[in-house]
Amino acid sequence: MKHIIVVGNGMVGYKFCEKFVEKSEAKGFKITVFGEEPRPAYDRVHLSEFFENQNAKALEMAPAEWYADNNIDLITNERVADINRTSKTIKTAKDREFAYDYLVLATGSSPFVPPIKGVEKEGVFVYRTIEDLEGMLAYAAKVKAEKPNGRAAVLGGGLLGLEAGKAVMDMGLEPHIVEFAPKLMPRQLDSRSSQVLQLKLESIGLNIHLSKATNQILGDTAITGMEFGEDDVLDVDMLVVSAGIRPRDELGKACGLEVGVRGGIVVDNTMKTSDENIYAIGEIALYNQMIYGLVAPGYDMAAIAVEQIIGNTETVMPADIDMSTKLKLIGVDVASFGEPFMPASKGHSIIFENKTQHLYKRINVSLDGKSLLGGILVGDASDYNMLHQVYLNGMAIPEDPSQLILPASDGATSFGDVTDLPDEAQVCSCESVTKGQICGVIENGEATDLAGVVGCTKAGTGCGGCKPMVADLTNATLKALGIEVKDSVCEHFDLNRQDLYKIIQVKGYTTFNEVLDNHGNGGHGCELCKPLIASLMATIHADTANEEYAIQDSNDRFLANIQRNGTYSVVPRVPGGEITPDKLIALGEIAKKYDLYTKVTGGVRIDLFGATLKQLPLIWKELISHGFESGHAYGKSLRTVKTCVGSTWCRYGMDESVSFGIELENRYRGIRAPHKIKGGVSGCIRECAEARGKDFGLIAVEGGWNLYVGGNGGANPRHAELFAEQIDNETVIKYLDRYLMFYMRTAKPLQRTAAWQERLEGGLEYLKEVIIEDKLGIAEDLEKEMETLVNRFECEWTQAVNDPEMMKRFNHFVNSEEEDDNLVFVPMRDQKMPEPWV
Amino acid sequence: MEEILEKYEATKTEDVKVWFKAASIHDFPSDGGACIKYKDKQIAVFNFARLGKWYACQNLCPHKMEMVLSRGMIGDDKGIPKVACPLHKKTFSLENGENLNGDLDAIATYPVKIEGDYVYVGFAE
Repeated sequence: MKHIIVVGNGMVGYKFCEKFVEKSEAKGFKITVFGEEPRPAYDRVHLSEFFENQNAKALEMAPAEWYADNNIDLITNERVADINRTSKTIKTAKDREFAYDYLVLATGSSPFVPPIKGVEKEGVFVYRTIEDLEGMLAYAAKVKAEKPNGRAAVLGGGLLGLEAGKAVMDMGLEPHIVEFAPKLMPRQLDSRSSQVLQLKLESIGLNIHLSKATNQILGDTAITGMEFGEDDVLDVDMLVVSAGIRPRDELGKACGLEVGVRGGIVVDNTMKTSDENIYAIGEIALYNQMIYGLVAPGYDMAAIAVEQIIGNTETVMPADIDMSTKLKLIGVDVASFGEPFMPASKGHSIIFENKTQHLYKRINVSLDGKSLLGGILVGDASDYNMLHQVYLNGMAIPEDPSQLILPASDGATSFGDVTDLPDEAQVCSCESVTKGQICGVIENGEATDLAGVVGCTKAGTGCGGCKPMVADLTNATLKALGIEVKDSVCEHFDLNRQDLYKIIQVKGYTTFNEVLDNHGNGGHGCELCKPLIASLMATIHADTANEEYAIQDSNDRFLANIQRNGTYSVVPRVPGGEITPDKLIALGEIAKKYDLYTKVTGGVRIDLFGATLKQLPLIWKELISHGFESGHAYGKSLRTVKTCVGSTWCRYGMDESVSFGIELENRYRGIRAPHKIKGGVSGCIRECAEARGKDFGLIAVEGGWNLYVGGNGGANPRHAELFAEQIDNETVIKYLDRYLMFYMRTAKPLQRTAAWQERLEGGLEYLKEVIIEDKLGIAEDLEKEMETLVNRFECEWTQAVNDPEMMKRFNHFVNSEEEDDNLVFVPMRDQKMPEPWV
Repeated sequence: MEEILEKYEATKTEDVKVWFKAASIHDFPSDGGACIKYKDKQIAVFNFARLGKWYACQNLCPHKMEMVLSRGMIGDDKGIPKVACPLHKKTFSLENGENLNGDLDAIATYPVKIEGDYVYVGFAE
């Protein structure tokens, strides 16, 4: 049996093991892996996620048991210190000796720390390993304890530097990026796209300093600042150095392997070094005089080394390596592919730039206009996968290539469809999975859904950038095979929301168990189907959330929004945002009495936080006695109709936006929908109520109201679309009744109107045909159903406080009157807040 | 924070030394739960009516260390009875406490018996 020693247990070292044990020839080999870090290989690409969840295990490439299960000896916490090429042995830092037949060097790289005076001071970190992050976290906590407005700088405005910038921002420090070059991400972006990225990052709170050469780090023992020029100083409490990487080639150098002038162990296209028994892969390998700092080429090198060792000597590394990347930096899409910077002599560039929306798109097209050579996307990289495929496969491009990047106008179909790709198109570059392989596992029955495809092919398990494409391909292939793509609500039903809606309506079911017993799969329900059916029952039977409280969603069960520490917040309805001074005083007094943290919400209501279960009904009793009612802030239901003051007071107002807003809010209050619904009414086109950011919005114009539908803030902001112009109040209500009811009948669970409208076949035109022209002949039904909901409205908090049986719910313990003894509040700007999570 | 977790240790029926009379069966919703206090412990008790079974576990969700599990929805994951935390929908097996949709540590479960109209929860101390 031959012995392979892998030096380095990073992503590429792990990938070598994974690819090796999949081979039938693997039986003739024994693998020993050395890693100097304490834990098995983890996903460094997603390192910044560690800040969000502090869960190192979630980043693991494979658990420690995986190595044992595959007969691999994993030795962590032990660095290989020496290679003896003549005796074919290695020696570790613990002075143990091991013999090898093949040696695979996958030692990766280390952060480059420039020789700046004072760089050894306390509070200066590098950003590479989980231990680095833990050190940063601990230090940041210390800084924050002493200085709530502490600052952290990142030296280096490249890809990793910006990731580190996000990390320090997440730690609650004021982030500063210091870059030597005159632009951010100098290696991937041109000047214009870099400026767009800079504007975007500044808008979310990053401070950016360009063209700065750091002379020295200031401070006695710990860092207090950075000095650039004589009078140019930036005060900081912490510094993260992210100034590039250096290959960890010291082992290879010491044993006389050929190395590059600027580091890296020279390999040929078989990944062999100058010693035929030693391979080098990943960021330590110098191939074509280049170090490739991306995962995908590293994985390819691992695969080549595997093939070479088992004897498939024909399989070699291609000469051209695709360096395209797409990533989300602090929530901003950035992508570059092919040749991002192209000299004018080689082709033409088409550039679309919109600084107001922080968008930049550039594509480079050959001189004859027939092929795509590369490009850059900032702000919106949704076209990346398609453009990348067009580039990789040399596919034909439209006669007017600007169509590839210009925003699609209404009705136009965007260019390209996943099914048009050739079979050999590489969809997942991290795992080298082609379109043919993805479709293949579905066609031969190995996989029947997305999870199956991912399981069989590993597509999408690397950087994850190709996931949407893999999902589209999976769905398209299933559809082509005549297999219905299930959108069932969960494992307990083979039905979607719309099916369940019809069934409950027709059969008149009133309990969850009736629906589950008659139409379920024999299980007992879950947190997906229970609240969904509760919501459907409420819509269909005009019920409140007090029916069957054990199936209601977390918030509906206690008619309040659960907060971080298990206490609740209270939001009474303030229709249209209009409130009398007396009511405002009442709110203040109640908040004071129960010591509730008080804040004006984004929907211009008053939110009172920190109520215990037991306090909830007491607070509500008082609110109700002052004329308040539930605001349904906890429900998937109408929240607010935001208004500007309109013609009642405003000198520009065209109509009474407040009066109409109040009427609409009172009309739709309490109804349960697939997701929350927000409205807005503006008295003129200045749009102070931000109505176009709502599910429905009205703007007063000469001759009536303009009605907009399907707007959304949230993760994917979207402007509402103009639905009808210059209509009167009555027509607005007629259209809105129909629109909302149609949405409630047909949307998917937890789908906002924006997403629903976007995916509606036939789009806005179809929606107009249904709602305005009554193409389906259902308008009357929709109106009637809405009328029932409107007429049968009841305040569920009034119901609850008047029913002793319902009141029993509001106690922390059923066998004690005590409160939760785990609650700890800390002071915060003259109010209180729950103790922060660790 | 760790101390609070240490209060809760999974208890098997054979280890029970105290059967604590917790509350009336009517204090718990059908196919839902409520919280009981035993000494300085908070225990979530669930009436899984569809299975005709009762379950008990720590009220503490190990994800963010909040006392909320009794307020979660229950159901099953491919046949395993589970509770979903109301804060972030982490789900735990009611049979053995295992985290079914993540890598959190298992929660402590306790035996339950019903005598007459009363719910008893078993503790080793």
